[in-house]
Amino acid sequence: MREKVSFFKRPAVQTILASVLCAVIGILLGYVILLIMNAEHAGEGIAAILINFFKFNNNSKVLMKYFGSFLVKSVPTILCGEAILFAYKAGLFNIGCAGQYTVGIIASIYCSVGLGWNWFLCVIAAMVAGGIWGLIPGILKAYRNVNEVIAGIMLNWIALYVCNIVLGTELCMDTTKSETHDIAKVNPAGILPPFMKDFFGGNDYITIAVPITVIIAILILVVLNKTTFGYELKATGHNKDAAKYAGMNAKRNIVLTLVISGAIAGLAAALLYLTGIEHYKISGSVPGTGFDGIAVAFLGGLHPIGTIFAGMLVKYITLGGSYLNTNYYNPQVADLVIAIIIYLCGFVLFFKTFINKRGKSKVKVNANAEPSQKTAEEKEV
Amino acid sequence: MALLIQYTLISSAVLILVALGGMFSERSGIINLGLEGIMVFGAMAGAMTMVILPSGTSRFVLIIATLCAAAIAGMLSSLLIAVACINFKADQTLIGTALNMLATAAATVIVKGFNTARSNGSDFSAKLDYFTQFQAFQIHTKYIDFNWFEVVALILLVVATVFFYKTKLALRLRACGEHPQAADSVGINVYAMRYTGVLISGFLGGLGGIIYIAAANSTWHFDQGVAGAGFLALAVMIFGQWKPERIAWSAVLFAVFRSLSNVYIGIDFLHSLPIPGTVYNMFPYIVSLVVLAFTSQNSRAPKAEGIPYDKGMR
Repeated sequence: MREKVSFFKRPAVQTILASVLCAVIGILLGYVILLIMNAEHAGEGIAAILINFFKFNNNSKVLMKYFGSFLVKSVPTILCGEAILFAYKAGLFNIGCAGQYTVGIIASIYCSVGLGWNWFLCVIAAMVAGGIWGLIPGILKAYRNVNEVIAGIMLNWIALYVCNIVLGTELCMDTTKSETHDIAKVNPAGILPPFMKDFFGGNDYITIAVPITVIIAILILVVLNKTTFGYELKATGHNKDAAKYAGMNAKRNIVLTLVISGAIAGLAAALLYLTGIEHYKISGSVPGTGFDGIAVAFLGGLHPIGTIFAGMLVKYITLGGSYLNTNYYNPQVADLVIAIIIYLCGFVLFFKTFINKRGKSKVKVNANAEPSQKTAEEKEV
Repeated sequence: MALLIQYTLISSAVLILVALGGMFSERSGIINLGLEGIMVFGAMAGAMTMVILPSGTSRFVLIIATLCAAAIAGMLSSLLIAVACINFKADQTLIGTALNMLATAAATVIVKGFNTARSNGSDFSAKLDYFTQFQAFQIHTKYIDFNWFEVVALILLVVATVFFYKTKLALRLRACGEHPQAADSVGINVYAMRYTGVLISGFLGGLGGIIYIAAANSTWHFDQGVAGAGFLALAVMIFGQWKPERIAWSAVLFAVFRSLSNVYIGIDFLHSLPIPGTVYNMFPYIVSLVVLAFTSQNSRAPKAEGIPYDKGMR
């Protein structure tokens, strides 16, 4: 029988509250930064970020079209968040997600533009590539005791350079524009099938990527909570030695987790680039989507469904940066806000204890035992 | 060949300082993944100081002011880690990553604002030029060019090694990384020691940042950060088994590989190999992966690193 707990004491409510608090404080700090940069137009600036594409609200068709594009662009951010969340449940910080995303770009664009494959095969190729890129740190972690964060970061850079070599050739790259060819023109079969196109104002880019993302999130939820593998994974994350003692194959679980996480990141890349909404440009730095995924996963309270909403919020703010008046501000302010939000996510535990202390109970004097118990409870969600 | 030595010296100076910074932080029990971000902040402050100082400034003042600005900026940014991880017991990996993202975004925004203000709105770039100041750091000799940064790095290496092995403070700091509860029980203030560790890493990381951008370049684009140098330094630190003297020589080893990408065109037999130039850029990363795979097995990492210290949990 469950004890009746007050509304604010429920772990789920607290997680949501803490995340909302992070986002609100992050946005407020963003406003302060705008104030420092140019006090006169700060109100206007933060409004531009927050109102975003809703400024087209006088024309529902245009609005829906922009909304569709927003969803399409949120897909990779959400999926990268899911990838990081999945690994984090097993106690692994998959910062290599950015590299796995990058090899996903290589595989999907090369197979689609270069080899002219069907979209389905391209998606599979991207997942396999991401999986392999996750396998390397997995094996290194499990069998050679290499910190997965360091290995992941090294692989991110290697992936970037490989990407610039492979996609920089004439085969994939339109050298006059120095970006990859338009898939819709070169290989129409390589584009993902459309999804509810008319509903989104005839947006060409809205594809089955959007429903696939939701399905993946639900799938992760089920795997984590309803399967033996998910249980073992979480047990390994809580206490590796205890899991090993209980007869779980910790090494196999580490490798498998990172492979799956990598495959999700690879899928994220395929589901963005195979819509044709963006083309890859040669870049000197690793694509930021993988890193945004970290923000998304933590902001979403490490819950697969929460991650969807967090992903949309993060993408919304990033897109909002492009609506800033560039006479006064530069769009990187939006990135700064995201970074601040991630930093604040580190304080979630503190926020939760804070909310708990605000409650009436004097029973919670044992402040040391309480937080750890709470987190354990919360991770079960 | 002279060029290779020159670049190797510069890279070693950077890697030694930043890796030593990481070492002090980890030895006190805090994993500092934000070294990259600290470097960016240090680099930004140093470069801005160089640009602001009037052109007639003497060489000595210029060098001291630049280094001080970088070190102070590094320490201030490391406070972001210290406060979150020590007082608020935040996840150290997450905070480090956040600092890295924060640093690149903040540096871009600040430098752009700085340029806009300086040029009355005609220059929006995230780029700083400091050619004349860059000249002041160079020491020309007959065969190869040194620069003052390498001298500073060498002095700091010696100081850090002596400090690390011969002082009471460092001994206490190391104790906090191995068994903070035991340290606390004999009256050592664990929080203070960890603050010391993180602040030292901020000091050294900030210096490493300015050396990274100013030793071989006379201009820097701040939207690209420091391209993974902070993480290479972490790899150096692990390869160096958290010991200053081992870190020094492993930094030199990594620096050689890193320099190859700068100078392979000048070395005939490397240039004639049918390898695209980008492959040399990958080299240091691949080498560090391989090296880590063979050295992490019997890693001597501090026992308590990454675990927030809670006085109540003895």
